[in-house]
Amino acid sequence: MSAVRVPSIAAPGAPTVQRVQPSAWERTLRRFRRNPLSVLGLCIILFFFVVALLAPLLAHPTERNPYMIPHQGYASDPRPPGPGHPLGTTEEQFDLYYGAIWGARSAFVVALTVVGAGIAVALTLGSLSGYYGGWIDEAVMRVTDIFLAFPGLILAVVIVAVLGQSARNAVIAIAVVAWPTYTRLLRAEFLRVRDMEYVQAARAMGVGDFFIIIRHVLPNTIYPIIILASLDMGGIVINFAALSFLGLGAPPGYADWGQLISLSHNWILGTAGDPFQYWYTLLVPGVAIFLFVLGWNLLGDAFQDIFDPRQRGSV
Amino acid sequence: MSRFIARRLLLLPFVALGVTALIFSLLQLLTPAMRASLYITDPKQLNALPDIIRKYHLDQPVYVQYWEWLRQVLHGDLGWSETAREPVLAAIRGYFPATFELALYSFVCILVLGIWLGTLSAVQKDKIVDHVSRSTSISGASLPTFVWGLVLLMVFYGHFGWFPPGRIGLDADLFVRSPQFHPYTGLLTIDALLNGQWWLLWDALRHLVLPVATLTYFITATLVRITRSSMLETLRADYVRTAEAKGLPRDVVVDKHARRNALIPVITLASLLFVGLLSGVVITETVFNWPGIGRWGVTASQQLDIPAVTGFALIFAGMLVLGNLCADVLYAVVDPRIRLQ
Repeated sequence: MSAVRVPSIAAPGAPTVQRVQPSAWERTLRRFRRNPLSVLGLCIILFFFVVALLAPLLAHPTERNPYMIPHQGYASDPRPPGPGHPLGTTEEQFDLYYGAIWGARSAFVVALTVVGAGIAVALTLGSLSGYYGGWIDEAVMRVTDIFLAFPGLILAVVIVAVLGQSARNAVIAIAVVAWPTYTRLLRAEFLRVRDMEYVQAARAMGVGDFFIIIRHVLPNTIYPIIILASLDMGGIVINFAALSFLGLGAPPGYADWGQLISLSHNWILGTAGDPFQYWYTLLVPGVAIFLFVLGWNLLGDAFQDIFDPRQRGSV
Repeated sequence: MSRFIARRLLLLPFVALGVTALIFSLLQLLTPAMRASLYITDPKQLNALPDIIRKYHLDQPVYVQYWEWLRQVLHGDLGWSETAREPVLAAIRGYFPATFELALYSFVCILVLGIWLGTLSAVQKDKIVDHVSRSTSISGASLPTFVWGLVLLMVFYGHFGWFPPGRIGLDADLFVRSPQFHPYTGLLTIDALLNGQWWLLWDALRHLVLPVATLTYFITATLVRITRSSMLETLRADYVRTAEAKGLPRDVVVDKHARRNALIPVITLASLLFVGLLSGVVITETVFNWPGIGRWGVTASQQLDIPAVTGFALIFAGMLVLGNLCADVLYAVVDPRIRLQ
């Protein structure tokens, strides 16, 4: 925030112009603000973050597990928005308002868990592989090759099929799919940085490998990982929702947008004369997930823009 | 050129071996009885489970098991699929044409639309066309396939009743199964043409519209973004300015000079598109009740039909690896610099 003041050298008597040289942080902020789309993305994500944080206040949990949506009775027909159910109910009377609110919380939990796992694996395997090279590098890279030979969702489907269907296993499956990308990226960054002069200088001073990695290499390689993570957040939530939609993720009644959307699958046809009778069963969770992912995509683009000037204006 | 392709082909068995190793390791997470059931090709064999465990070396060390399993797979013996009620290989053969037909039409639409819109967007940068195509592609990347598919169904099936889900109508289905109809390729649209049945072609196309539109929308989104940024870079190149300075018409410069070079990086990112297409196929088939490999694989996963899931994973990994191979070869064909490396 602090601006570096450049003392103005001006002839005495001339009007003194205060020239303020913006700091790197200020330049970043200015660039961020200049693009209205990034501001929109940030606003959307902040909104969802607040909703996720205040979920217990916005929608008071009644079940023992707050992620299970409360429902009154088991009547199969969805009910339109009305008193008690501001956004209506879906199949088996699960409250859509509750699902949408707590869905935001589970989306954050899922995405952050997967990103955290991906980064943790990358920090160990990717840094070892990139820093030492040799057979470790070869082994790690060939393993990632194999994981990347699968379309992500298909591998996740197989993992869930083998582990059993639950929200937890779906998160594990998505993390297993996600780690190779993070590892490869961090390795590539390590390769770029490890022979820099300041690393060689540290090595010449007799600094240990561990300290070099932590203190000198890692801080200079972490930005691309942050960009990737922010670009990936939306994709992770889509994948989790897709697994739930396919009946392989969160169980029915779990506060997850994908699961709510799968409950709307049977209600795309209205009655004669009112074809959109059950619009809310699809639209409420659909709009929620769309906005969430859109927010992350806009934010990710903005980060990419700021940290990687070559791409500026191209996305 | 041929050496480059040969090197890629040599790498192929290693990746394939790795893929089978990964699937085999995943299978190790199952209980022994469930793993034994992988070798059952006929429900009657269930009584003889201990024999099967001995016969297929399930009481042997892991590497022996892997070797035996791999031999089975290479012989095309993938076990019995309970959901399809036939051997896995036969099921794959039966479901494949439907998936292929869907993917083929989508792929053509994606290429044409994505490259056209990407170019247009780059040429008309910051004009209205650019804004529209960019916002469409950003929303396409943010909208999950299944939400988009369900919205399409709600509007065009629920409201208008134009495009029904499924692959084929009821009477058309009866006709296709009758002896009057000769299935040449398994692709309904082509077969209908070869049989000279126009109404059948119409029916098949009607069912194709929504799934193809769904897949196209969200993968085109990626392609538009890649093409646009690559085109923007190329349009700034010196040879493009030279071509314009020579007085060539703008269209010729864009088509002949800029786009051909701009497409080279697009080919390297083709892998992204394949991944999207193959994952998208699975979801799209489920949304539209399309009787292909994807929907079968999902049903199999829900019902713990592990042999089917194994076959499903192998075939999709195979398709992705082959797709990437094609992209690599194409890359070498269009960019002579690659061949010289």
